[in-house]
Amino acid sequence: MTPAGDGESPLWILAAQLGLLSLMAIGGGVLMLAPDVHRLVTLSHHWITDAQFAAAFTIAQAAPGPNMLYVTIIGWQIAGLVGAIVATLAIIVPTTTLTLLLLRFGTRGEAGPFGRALRAGIAPVSVGLLLAGGWILARAAETSWHGALLTLIAVLVVTKTRVNPVLLIAAGAIAGILGWV
Amino acid sequence: MTSTDDTPATAAGQDPDGTYPPLSPLTLFVAFSQMALSGFGGVLPFAYRHIVERRKWQTPAEFAEMLAWGQVLPGPTICNVSVMIGWKRGGLAGALAALAGMVAPPMVVVIAAGALYQRFDRVLVVQQALRGMSAVAAGLILATAIKMGIGLFDRKSPRAAQAMKVAYIVAAFIGVGLAHWPMVAVVGVLGTVSTATAVWRRS
Repeated sequence: MTPAGDGESPLWILAAQLGLLSLMAIGGGVLMLAPDVHRLVTLSHHWITDAQFAAAFTIAQAAPGPNMLYVTIIGWQIAGLVGAIVATLAIIVPTTTLTLLLLRFGTRGEAGPFGRALRAGIAPVSVGLLLAGGWILARAAETSWHGALLTLIAVLVVTKTRVNPVLLIAAGAIAGILGWV
Repeated sequence: MTSTDDTPATAAGQDPDGTYPPLSPLTLFVAFSQMALSGFGGVLPFAYRHIVERRKWQTPAEFAEMLAWGQVLPGPTICNVSVMIGWKRGGLAGALAALAGMVAPPMVVVIAAGALYQRFDRVLVVQQALRGMSAVAAGLILATAIKMGIGLFDRKSPRAAQAMKVAYIVAAFIGVGLAHWPMVAVVGVLGTVSTATAVWRRS
């Protein structure tokens, strides 16, 4: 709970800045925003320390739910429960409002031939992007061939069986704690 | 609904005219909380599992389409996807219920985890566990992409159309995954080309 150095309430600045950043996060890159968020809360305003930021990021990844919830913990570190709620809303409200406006007003051409072609054309691109996302995460996570093997096993199990992926994640956590990865 | 190469199957419960029966906000809230709370290392693979494989609310192709929009629009992809699916099945109330289910329960968990973490400051164990979890999470995402990709193909469609789909998948993967070009540029170029090709083929 680091108080703000200046007299201005840090919550408003945090909310405004996070909202702006999230609107620039095209491509689902709220994780990619991490460097910007880091700069905002540690270097520009000294609200939290580097270690606190790293902890927030780690906890959010270990816990279930959207990865962007690291901002919830950062908000909590800065201003307690109110901070957690404000930071989370700041990340999701502006962008989902935009999505809702597009859903409400932007679907007129959906049924037409152009809309159909656009929707058909974008699906394979989306699959390619998802493959790229998995690839980047695998490259970032794996320091040894053990990690790559674990990734490969997960791919095979999920595509070939109906095992609940939560069990695989738990197995991955155990493998990590035992130092196998 | 005419069967084109882009709509290989209809989802369960889909009416013959291609519309879906509405779902209550409570149903959507509960379903999206379940996805979110099982979503270790990223919710997307779990969302695919729940929505496409278990509840059959969407076909793989429909899910891929919504995911694409969720990726292109700013903000957290999974939140955009929740809003879009909630909107489709329950209007504004459905969209807000789905989003609330996706965000609120895990928020509580994350805050509790943060409090525990401060008390038991065992950074190394958590980081070691995370390394294993991340490796598995990457595998889950890749497997989801593979399953979604397979769902885009239909034996009845012409070979040229199938080859083009493979080309878009490979090009998007290379552009973002290997060349690290900006996602917006890759989607802009490939989306334009693929849409233009699809329009041309249909006319």
